[in-house]
Amino acid sequence: MNIIAKLNRLFESRYRLGIMSILMVNDWVDFLELKELLELSDGNLASHLKALEIAQYIDIRKQFVGKKPNTSYRVSDLGKIVFSEHFENLKLLIENQENSK
Amino acid sequence: MENKQYYLNSIDEIKTMMEKSSRFLSLSGLSGVFAGIFAIFGAVAAYIYFGKTFYYGQTREILYFANSEIRNKFLLFIFLDAATVLILALISAFYFTWRKAKKKNIQVWNFTTKRMLINLFIPLFAGGFFGLILLWHGIVGILPSVTLIFYGLALINASHYTFSDIRFLGISEIILGLITAFFIGYGLFFWMVGFGVLHILYGAIMFFKYDKN
Repeated sequence: MNIIAKLNRLFESRYRLGIMSILMVNDWVDFLELKELLELSDGNLASHLKALEIAQYIDIRKQFVGKKPNTSYRVSDLGKIVFSEHFENLKLLIENQENSK
Repeated sequence: MENKQYYLNSIDEIKTMMEKSSRFLSLSGLSGVFAGIFAIFGAVAAYIYFGKTFYYGQTREILYFANSEIRNKFLLFIFLDAATVLILALISAFYFTWRKAKKKNIQVWNFTTKRMLINLFIPLFAGGFFGLILLWHGIVGILPSVTLIFYGLALINASHYTFSDIRFLGISEIILGLITAFFIGYGLFFWMVGFGVLHILYGAIMFFKYDKN
């Protein structure tokens, strides 16, 4: 089925899917908040974020809060399009399988 | 088919994360029920204290024309009564929120809590301050109506960051506030309905909808 081929491989990980879901409904979200919500270790979260960053699905903002560096993330315009497509495709696949029964 | 289960899980995951990251979900219906009960006790205490000779229509006279001894006694009672209700309501809100968060294994204080409280308190402070200005001008009659309307607006504002039921509670408070404006002198009664009965009603609805099980 060609819809399956269209599914975004990057969203196969439930954590990357989770990061994108959080960023879709929020403005800038910082690293700590993502970590709390996803219950991931620093290293794991950082590598998932890196993958999304390389794909240019998320924007990154580094700033200082007091003396502490603080990194926040936001979904990019490309990320929004890609994620919405992925979501629609998931729904289509479920519908198709229901119809084919 | 196992694929279908995988797609369904993905969609569930997306919805859960969206919900969890944008809404304060530890709010317990029981907080509302207890806040309402305390408010009714407060109103009954005021009613008993004022007796029949001391109804709200006289507030203005007492504030501005009575001798200072009577006025101070009056203000002290109002202050103590309101403060007791507020403190008890806040304690129960904290307790039941903490308990629910612990049960659901989510953090009480995260950025959704912060966002919800900020949005609640902006209209609430505006209303409180406006109420004090009215009091300063000696415009007491409209005060119960103003407090209910601003409280309703604050709830509607906060409802974007928590359960949507709070939005309907807010709308109910605003409607009640507008009705109150027609019946100057019956503020105590409407306060009891707004802060007592409505809290108990919506608290109970939310308890049975989300908390029971």
